[in-house]
Amino acid sequence: MTTAVESGRTADVIVIGAGAVGAATAYFAARAGLRVTVLDSGPLAGGTSSACEGNILVSDKEAGPELDLSLYSQKIWREDLAEFADLFEFESKGGLVVAASERSAQSLHDLTERQRASGIQVTNVPANSLTDYEPHISKKLTAGAFYPEDAQVQPMLVVAHLLRLARELGAFVHTRTPVTGFIRKGAAAIGVQTPQGDFHAPSIVNAAGTWAGNIADLAGIHVPVLPRRGFVLVTEPLPVTIHHKVYAAEYVDNVLSSDAGLQTSPVVEGTDSGTVLIGSSRERVGFDRTVSLPVLAALAAKAIDLFPVLEDIKAIRHYHGFRPYCPDHLPVIGPDPRVPGLWHAAGHEGAGIGLSAGTGKLIAQSIIGISTDLPLGSFAPERFEQVLT
Amino acid sequence: MTDRVFDIGVIGAGPAGLAAATAAASVGLSVVLIDAGSQPGGQYWRHPDEQQVGETDHAGHHDWTTFTTMRSALHTAMEAGHITYLPDTQLWLIDPVKEATARRTLRLTNSYTAGPEQHIARRPTEVTVDQLILCPGGYDRQLPVPGWDLPGVMAAGGVQALLKGSRTVAGRRAIIAGTGPFLLPVAVGLAEAGAEVVSICEAGAIRNWLPHVAAAAQVPSKGLEGAQYAALMAKHRIPYRSRTIIRAIHGETSVEAVTTCKVDSSGTPIAGTERRYEVDVVGLGWGFTPSLELPVMVGAQTRRDVDGSLVAVVDDQQRSGIPGVYIAGEATGVGGASMAVAEGKLAALTAAADSGRPISPRDVSRLQHKIKRFRGFAVAMHTAHPVPEAWTGWLEPETVVCRCEEVNYGDLCTAHEELQADDARTLKLVARPGMGWCQGRVCGYAIAGIAASLCGREPSEEDLRSQGKRTLASPVALSDLAALNNEIHL
Repeated sequence: MTTAVESGRTADVIVIGAGAVGAATAYFAARAGLRVTVLDSGPLAGGTSSACEGNILVSDKEAGPELDLSLYSQKIWREDLAEFADLFEFESKGGLVVAASERSAQSLHDLTERQRASGIQVTNVPANSLTDYEPHISKKLTAGAFYPEDAQVQPMLVVAHLLRLARELGAFVHTRTPVTGFIRKGAAAIGVQTPQGDFHAPSIVNAAGTWAGNIADLAGIHVPVLPRRGFVLVTEPLPVTIHHKVYAAEYVDNVLSSDAGLQTSPVVEGTDSGTVLIGSSRERVGFDRTVSLPVLAALAAKAIDLFPVLEDIKAIRHYHGFRPYCPDHLPVIGPDPRVPGLWHAAGHEGAGIGLSAGTGKLIAQSIIGISTDLPLGSFAPERFEQVLT
Repeated sequence: MTDRVFDIGVIGAGPAGLAAATAAASVGLSVVLIDAGSQPGGQYWRHPDEQQVGETDHAGHHDWTTFTTMRSALHTAMEAGHITYLPDTQLWLIDPVKEATARRTLRLTNSYTAGPEQHIARRPTEVTVDQLILCPGGYDRQLPVPGWDLPGVMAAGGVQALLKGSRTVAGRRAIIAGTGPFLLPVAVGLAEAGAEVVSICEAGAIRNWLPHVAAAAQVPSKGLEGAQYAALMAKHRIPYRSRTIIRAIHGETSVEAVTTCKVDSSGTPIAGTERRYEVDVVGLGWGFTPSLELPVMVGAQTRRDVDGSLVAVVDDQQRSGIPGVYIAGEATGVGGASMAVAEGKLAALTAAADSGRPISPRDVSRLQHKIKRFRGFAVAMHTAHPVPEAWTGWLEPETVVCRCEEVNYGDLCTAHEELQADDARTLKLVARPGMGWCQGRVCGYAIAGIAASLCGREPSEEDLRSQGKRTLASPVALSDLAALNNEIHL
C-alpha cells in the first residue's frame, strides 16, 4: 500500500525513523490520540532494526538506568503489546549464559547475585545440569545461569505491525522521505523539510537510530551516536536443535565495554524459521560494510565450541548491522531543552529492539505532558554537553 | 591450503570461462580455473561422464567442436602448467582486495558434485589471484503458476540437462511452455529420446515464426539448422501454439494434467479458451537468470537488462569498473554460448593488457565486433520474447511462490496491503520469500516482479538487486569457516 505523500502534512507528532523505536513511538503516540506522521529516508526498518537478532534481554544488564528501562520495557512487551505477540513471533524462550572456566563461573555467579538483587529472575545452573536446558551443549562448560525473562521477536515484523496498528489509529507512514532540515520558530522546531515538501508538527521525535546524530546536526545540536558494527551468521534451517538464547559469560563484559577494537563472544540461538543465528561481534569501524572474514571465522569457531553439533552445519548467509552507540552506553530519550519541540529516542546500542516498546511509551507520555512511568533524567539528550565543551 | 598466487582466477568453466582461461594461458598468464562441475563445459555443454562413456557422444549439442577445441587447449595448458583446473570446487567468498598487494584471496570448498573421494583428497581451501574473470553463467528463470510445485514440473533447462547429462527422459507425455527459441530444442530433444510432446505453448505471438525462431536457437549456425527443427517438429507431430500459456498444473502427488489457455498481448488469459492435456511432465522455460552473486560481492555495478534480468555493467572490454575484475558471459546479459565465448576471450585479453602484456589490438576489435553483433541479436530475441507483463495475474492466492519457505502469493499480497511492503526487499523481510536454502535463486525474479506489480510499477534494479545479493556465494560448513580462525590474524 502506498500512501499519498500529501497525507499527514500537519500532525501532532512527526517521528523521524521507521525502525523499531520509531514504530513503537508512533504506535503509543497514536494510541494516546495524537495524529502521527512517520518519515524515513529509506524503506521500513532500513537500518539496524532489520539487521539484528531481535533480542529482548535482561540477562546482559547490570543494575542502573538501562536495567530499569529493560525491566519496564519487558512489562510493556508482556502487557501492553501482549495481544500482538504472535504477530511478531514474540517468544519468551529464556536465555542461558554459560561459563567455560572456573574463573568465569565465579564471576557469573557474582553477576547473578547482583542481578537477583536488582529484580532479575535468574536460576544458577550447575555444569552437570546444562544439558537439561540444551541437550547438544558442550560438555566442557563449568557453570551456567538461566534467565526465563529473556525473549526474542522478529524485529522486521515488530516494525511492520506496530506501524500498521499506528496507521489503523490514523497515523501516516512515508518511506523514502528523508528529512533534510528543520523548520524553526525561534529556537523551537515546528516542522521538517523533505524533498517531498514540508511537514509540520509541534512535537518531532528523532528516532533515527544510528543516524540520529545526523538528524541532531540538522537541528544544530550535538548528540553523539556512533556506529558499532556487528555480524551475524545464519545457518541452513534445522530441526529444533537449540532451544534458548545461549551465550558465553564474556558477552556481558563485551556489551559493557567501550573498546574500539574487535570483540567477539558467542551468542547462538534458534529461530521460528529453523535457522540458527550466530553472533556476536563488536567493532567501531564507522559504517564500513566490507565483509570481515576474521569476524565470521571467529563466530563460527566459538559457536562450535558451544555446540559441537554445529560443526557440519552450513552457513547460508551473513549480515551485519550498526548498533547506535553512545559514549556512556545509555540511550538518549526525552525532550531536548536546546530545541523546544524536539525529542530524541535513539542510541539504544544492541538493545534497541528490546527497549523500543518502553521507549515508545515513555516518549508518548512525555509528549502529552503527563508524568513518565520512569524518570528520563539519566537519558537526557543534553548530558554530553559539558563533556564536549 | 596453498600459498600459490596466480595471475588470473577464472570462475566457471562454461563457454565464457573456458574461453577466458585458455585465452589467458595462451598469452602467458598463470591461471586457476575454478568450477563447481565435475568436468568442463558448464550447463551449455553438459555431457555424460567422460570417464564412463568416452568423448564421442555429443547428441543435442551445438558448437560441439568449439567445446572440444577449447577442452584440448585446456588439457594442453594444464600439462604445461599454465592452468590449474579445480573442478568440483565451489567459490564461497571473495575476500576484499588486499591493499598492500592489490590481490584477492578466493575461499573454496567442495561443490555439491564432489563425492567422498574428493572429500578425502582435500582441494585447496584458498587461492590468491592478481586478477579475476567472473564467468558464473546463469540458470533457468522460473515463474510460479498454480501447481508448479508438483513433482514432474521442471524448468525447461532441467529437462534439457537430464537429456544432455545422463540421457534420461523426464517423462512419457510432455508439454513444454514459456517463451523463446529455447523451447524448441527441449521439445525436439524429448521427442527424439522417445517422449510424446503434446504441445509447445509459446506465450508470445510469432508471425512467420519458424525460420526466425529456429535460427535464433543456434547462432552461429552450427549443428541443427532452423529448417531441421521444423522438420523434426513435423516428424514428431509437435503442435506449436502461440499466445498460449499453461494456466494451471493439476495432480495429486505428481503432474497428471495441465490447463492451457490463450492470452492477449499483455499476457492476460482469454476466457473460454482453456484446454486440458493429460501429461506426466511439464517443462517451463521463461529465459534465464544470470548468477550475479559474485559480481555483486565484488561491488560491480548492475543494471536491469532488456529481458528484465539483473546483469553486471561492463565496459566494451569486459572491465567491471572494479580494478582487476572482469566479467564475461550471461552475467553481463543473457546472449548465448557464442557470445559468452567471445566475451571470455576478450576479458582475458583485456586482463593481459591491463597487466602490461602485449596483445593484438586487431584481436580485440574483432572480438568487440563479434560481441556487438551477438548482442544486437540477443536484444532482438529478448524483445520478441518478453515475459508477459500480466504474468502475476496467473497466480492464485494459494500459489506457492517461494518453495523453500513455503510462502504463497496471498502472503505477499497481505504483506503489501497490510504491512506496507512496497518493494522486493521489504516483502522478503516481512514474508520471508527467498530466505531459505536457495536464497532466492529460484524465486528472486518472481518476487521482484510481484513486488512491482503489487505497487503498479515496473520492477526496478533495486527490486532485483535485493534478491540477487548473497553474502555467501554458496553455503559453507561452519567447520570450514572456523578452520580459518587459526590462520587469519585478527
